[in-house]
Amino acid sequence: MIKTDALIIGAGPTGLFTAHQLKLIGLSCEIVDNLDKIGGQCIELYPDKPIYDIPAIPECTGEELTNNLIEQLKPFNIKFHLSERVEEVKKNNEIWQVKTNKGTEFNTPNIIIAGGVGSFEPRKFSPKECEKFENKSIFYAIKDKTIFKGKTVSIFGGGDSALDWAIELSKDSKVNLIHRRDEFRGAQASVDKMNELAKSDKINLFTKYQLKSVKGKENLEGIEIEHDDKEVKNLETDYVLGFFGLIMQLGPIANWGLNIDKKTISVDTEKFETNQKGIYAVGDICTYPGKLKLILSGFHEGALAARACFKLARPNEKYRFEFTTSSKSIKKRLGVKE
Amino acid sequence: MPKITYIEHDGKTHTIEVASGLSVMEGAVQNNIPGIDADCGGSMACATCHVYVKDEWFNKLPKKEDGEEDMLDMAFEPKKNSRLSCQLMVSDQLDGLVVNLPEKQV
Repeated sequence: MIKTDALIIGAGPTGLFTAHQLKLIGLSCEIVDNLDKIGGQCIELYPDKPIYDIPAIPECTGEELTNNLIEQLKPFNIKFHLSERVEEVKKNNEIWQVKTNKGTEFNTPNIIIAGGVGSFEPRKFSPKECEKFENKSIFYAIKDKTIFKGKTVSIFGGGDSALDWAIELSKDSKVNLIHRRDEFRGAQASVDKMNELAKSDKINLFTKYQLKSVKGKENLEGIEIEHDDKEVKNLETDYVLGFFGLIMQLGPIANWGLNIDKKTISVDTEKFETNQKGIYAVGDICTYPGKLKLILSGFHEGALAARACFKLARPNEKYRFEFTTSSKSIKKRLGVKE
Repeated sequence: MPKITYIEHDGKTHTIEVASGLSVMEGAVQNNIPGIDADCGGSMACATCHVYVKDEWFNKLPKKEDGEEDMLDMAFEPKKNSRLSCQLMVSDQLDGLVVNLPEKQV
């Protein structure tokens, strides 16, 4: 059980800067994120795209912004819990009890949801029957590649994951690579390599095809794929892999008794508190009259929510507003030598 | 004002006036038309404003930019006539446009 003054859900730019604000005013905090890396949408959706509207930074990419925020947090040594998703939130005597899918438990008076549009989850195949084979013969990520040895593997997708795995698995498995169009969006070197392997029949390439159905009762026996012009092919296969990228799902947040409207959480604009005392929402996931989905708005919202956390974390102390330029205690927390 | 028709997957039809300069996605979101999520807010960074456009209109639309087709790879059941509605800017030329919404976005 981890005790902390505040728990932040989401390690995107808003979550990171909120952590900075909490630590600056002397509160402890930890961060949970479902992705395996820090940065949220900035890192997952647009690491290389330039952003032009961060105050005082004329231009930076999503990756640079993330790295700078991590750098800014360095004095504070914050504990991140990556690849973990918060599942349960319960209240006990004014304290929130939080549990993740990996069993990590937190006790905290304050939860700050900086969850963007929810957690990133793999886009799955649309035929309903796929569910019953999931994690048995249909996968959206690979944990142990040895299970594919000597088997037939059908890989769907046109990005780097699909290409890299098609190339890698073609060494020891029979590989079908299926993609909805002729162009692949992966790295050119991988596309070239894959085309080479397709030419020498190491990879069976099917473009303009998509998954139509899967066959088999207990075990997966085969799949049907359908061409743009409706022609259907049957493929025998032992395994099916789908690499369609990640989509955002609100997930368990929907079950915590919060006022949710169109995937966003209503908050006040003083503390950015939700309808539940001690739960705040900041960044893209919160909504209020005039809300702008900008990174800079998330920074402002996080700064105010952090001050609100102080009251519940230190009920017997009075919060004093201080500037980083002049406050001795803040400089001490930052490790600045005078 | 140009009229845009949104047909939900179950056939429910909404014809609304959308101001020129807004995207087809914004027209739907501002008028509370269900079936267009637009998670990323129109930055072409997700594929949750996905629509199908019938041939007669599809060929009249401005061509897809780089990146839109890549994003459509991640959409729910993309087809040849798929578009991201955040990339379709409403103008008088688009008056009467009909878009069909997929069964779901995520």
